[in-house]
Amino acid sequence: MSLAALFFYLFAAVAVASAFMVIASRNPVHSVLFLILTFVNAAGLFILIGAEFLAMLLVVVYVGAVAVLFLFVVMMLDVDFVELRQGFLQYLPVGALVGLVFLAELVLVFGSWTFGEGVTGAVLPAAAGVSNTVQIGRVLYTDYVYFFQAAGLVLLVAMIGAIVLTLRHKTNVKRQSIPVQNARTKAAAIDVVKVPSGKGL
Amino acid sequence: MGIGLPHYLTVAAILFTLGTLGIFLNRKNVIVILMSVELILLAVNINFVAFSAFLGNITGQIFALFVLTVAAAEAAIGLAILVVFYRNRGSIAVEDINTMKG
Repeated sequence: MSLAALFFYLFAAVAVASAFMVIASRNPVHSVLFLILTFVNAAGLFILIGAEFLAMLLVVVYVGAVAVLFLFVVMMLDVDFVELRQGFLQYLPVGALVGLVFLAELVLVFGSWTFGEGVTGAVLPAAAGVSNTVQIGRVLYTDYVYFFQAAGLVLLVAMIGAIVLTLRHKTNVKRQSIPVQNARTKAAAIDVVKVPSGKGL
Repeated sequence: MGIGLPHYLTVAAILFTLGTLGIFLNRKNVIVILMSVELILLAVNINFVAFSAFLGNITGQIFALFVLTVAAAEAAIGLAILVVFYRNRGSIAVEDINTMKG
């Protein structure tokens, strides 16, 4: 068995096992940590197959951003997770049935599946002697530049949506209001009091 | 024994099945359901990248990039909705999310 095959089986086994632990562990914090492990191993699989750029992207985006977001939310919400586990086994029969049927279907499809006649995938052939990142960059900013802009738009909408959803104004906090400040006049702000001499106010 | 396309497709199929199974099993915990959706999208990405590599066609990796973008946006929006829901109702159980009776 070659070294590449050995590493493939290692990454695949750890990825599948940790994906199982994501859905099976009792503590959601453990679930998030196993999700991180799954993504790191998937990045290893990507490196083995020659997609280094996507592997690094997976580590940066998922482990660096999405998993930390999940971790923050899990720790911020004060939820009794033991209570949420009640009835876990209630759905096990139907869940296992659906999973088995689905896996059997996928195995049947992939077992009997072959490439069609003349399929070579040479629409955008991978250039030899050029790194994976350069290849992606050459295609992404030319042929797929509108899709790239659309992806940016999706992220912008997601960012604005998340801010709008979670922003809340507290009622008893004093805030600066620029229009009110600018609208103040001398007559409204200053009150001249005539103080008689020899007496206090 | 070389590692071919079927090996990668098998791993992706198992991950996809585990994701759907997670949605069925954790019927009360929305956070784990969101994580299961992430697992499903990861399986899709593995399929894209495997076909891209074995066909010698870079387009699959470009599409995997876009799937990654949508997955990140979906996680951010989903968690924001979850936080707002928890503020209003004090619970994240799926069974409590039935006010709209939709």
